[in-house]
Amino acid sequence: MNGLRVDPYERGWMIASGIILAFFLLAVGVSAYHGFTLPGHDERLETSPGGGGARFPEPAVVQRGPGRYDVYMRAQIWAFVPNEIKIPAGSTVTFHVTSADVLHGFLIERTNINLMALPGQVSKTTARFDTPGEYRFFCHEYCGLGHQIMWGKVIVESRS
Amino acid sequence: MPENNFRLEERLTAWHIGIALGALFVGTWFGPLQVLEHVGIDLYGKLAPGIKSYYQGLTLHGVLNALVYTTFFITGFLTFTTVHSLKTRLRFPWVNILGLWLMAAGLLMTAVPLLLDNATVLYTFYPPLQASALFYIGLTLVVVGSWVEGFGLYFTVAAWRATHQGERTPFIAFGSVLTMAMWQIASLGIAAEMLVLLIPWSLGWVRGTDPLLARTLFWFTGHPIVYFWLLPAYVSWYGMLPKQAGGKLFSDPLARLAFWLFLVLSIPVGLHHQFADPGISPTWKAVHTLLTYGVTFPSLLTAFTVIASLELGGRARGGKGLFAWVCKLPWQDPSFSAQALAMATFAFGGIGGIINASYNVDLVVHNTLWIVGHFHLTLATTVVLSFIGITYWLVPKLSGKELWSARAARIQVWLWIVGMLPFSASHHLLGLRYGVPRRTMLGTAPYLSLEWNPLLLLAALGGVLLWASLLLYFVIVLGTMFGSRKAAQTSEMPVAEALVDPSETPAWLDTWTPWLIVTILLILLSYGPPLAELVRNVDLSSPGLRAW
Repeated sequence: MNGLRVDPYERGWMIASGIILAFFLLAVGVSAYHGFTLPGHDERLETSPGGGGARFPEPAVVQRGPGRYDVYMRAQIWAFVPNEIKIPAGSTVTFHVTSADVLHGFLIERTNINLMALPGQVSKTTARFDTPGEYRFFCHEYCGLGHQIMWGKVIVESRS
Repeated sequence: MPENNFRLEERLTAWHIGIALGALFVGTWFGPLQVLEHVGIDLYGKLAPGIKSYYQGLTLHGVLNALVYTTFFITGFLTFTTVHSLKTRLRFPWVNILGLWLMAAGLLMTAVPLLLDNATVLYTFYPPLQASALFYIGLTLVVVGSWVEGFGLYFTVAAWRATHQGERTPFIAFGSVLTMAMWQIASLGIAAEMLVLLIPWSLGWVRGTDPLLARTLFWFTGHPIVYFWLLPAYVSWYGMLPKQAGGKLFSDPLARLAFWLFLVLSIPVGLHHQFADPGISPTWKAVHTLLTYGVTFPSLLTAFTVIASLELGGRARGGKGLFAWVCKLPWQDPSFSAQALAMATFAFGGIGGIINASYNVDLVVHNTLWIVGHFHLTLATTVVLSFIGITYWLVPKLSGKELWSARAARIQVWLWIVGMLPFSASHHLLGLRYGVPRRTMLGTAPYLSLEWNPLLLLAALGGVLLWASLLLYFVIVLGTMFGSRKAAQTSEMPVAEALVDPSETPAWLDTWTPWLIVTILLILLSYGPPLAELVRNVDLSSPGLRAW
């Protein structure tokens, strides 16, 4: 760096800062590669009537095989449809979430599932539920006066 | 008394800061209402029909505190710092006066629908929730007014540079105009969102809008806006606080380097607010994670340089030992202690910020109360407490009066910290542990859990202390203006000398063109492809909804 004089302590600090940031970045990179990924270009829905694009299926919990489920969820003012999802412990569930009107959020407590629901878009994520119990989910994006009553639950039943 | 050459400039600054503090005064009343609602004490009922809902109050809290207070304060403060740092008057004062009028007109236009409950869309105003068109037009005018004022400052600096060839622009003026330049580029996102999408849509000229495109344009501006708030505090930490502590700026060139890095790296990071969004490729989200890590570097650099500058002060005041010099710093000066504590708080705010920017790690906390805790450490303490500290010399300077009570000001500062600790810690924990959603009227939520209660109570306690601290602040400001003695001597803006004369700072750290080119290239690289894709697939089909 032409003509830039840096105190040796400050240079040490700058190098240490770089190393720390690189280490964090590496950790995040490894976790992203091996574990939990983000929603992306999952699906765009046809929003204009008469268009030939994808339609969002009727909201439902669909079993795809032993312990494998797809949940098609529609967030709308001010409810999740469906708002109660029953699955056996050990199930792997893929959530497909869209919105019928304004922005909504979808977060399941005690899990890493956290999505935005946008009209015309589908957010997709997959998770495995091993521990039996009730996992509530909340809308976390302001969607009007009833935002705080928008919730539901995943009930994971033990396989006994 | 020596003649004051900056009477007009100081009047302009005073108007900005007066409006800013007026907005903060109104906005702050809703803070305790929110945290109290969360523990079952709903005072909103008592405000009806003036304030119709929790969410109207929340919108006022966000718009007035985070958007109006900051923009007005910063524009006024940077006008003051630029002219005093250059020791030259505004080149074209009418430009800055025009800018202020635009901002004030915009504020009035915004205030009407806000107060009439026609813009209860929170300060992020995500469509398809649709506010009255006046709300969008007013906010746009505030932004445009700040641009106009920015140009007023550029003309002033350009005129100075033309007559001071070969000299380094004084650091404070340099940092001030760089902040404005960064803001002007960054706010192009929100300008496009307003002018192309929201305003025509709210006027009924187009039937629908594209929520994802609007949201992406919003965050183009929404992250760098936090650096627009932070950098004026940095101008003070680097350029003034060392003087207030009896020290010197440890490194003028590295201070400038940090500012240039903020210009380059503040903007291409906005997608880290959209990790949980559909329709944006995870690859581009990862690129923005990387760049956000990059923008933490100049803040780490700032930590070193500013602390080293303060250490020079502590040692000059007789401080010894590895850390004991800290005790010799002028803690009895509320302007210093406010800013030093703001700085200490930013260590935690910054670490939280790295977590939020960390790609999938963000999903643990996205849109939970954690974010509220983070925001109140960074904006509401690092920035606001710094601004409060600044006003403890600036209001006396502008009014020609003594500070009403340094003792009350010291109490105010510490009360803010004492309130912020429980407030922020409990919000962080509620989000991290339980995933409690933010910006939600929790008191009536059917899922409100007993186990959340201790932390919600702690948050309410903190929130009430914060409110009390701010009320005391307004008493001190008004007391200074109207109840205090005339100052015995005129005070000056504190200007820290650099340890090594700035004339030895290399010229590439005082040259605009290459840095601006890099800034624009990096924006095109990081935002070009994802934005182009969103524009190509634009889908103007979401009708506006009024869900309040």
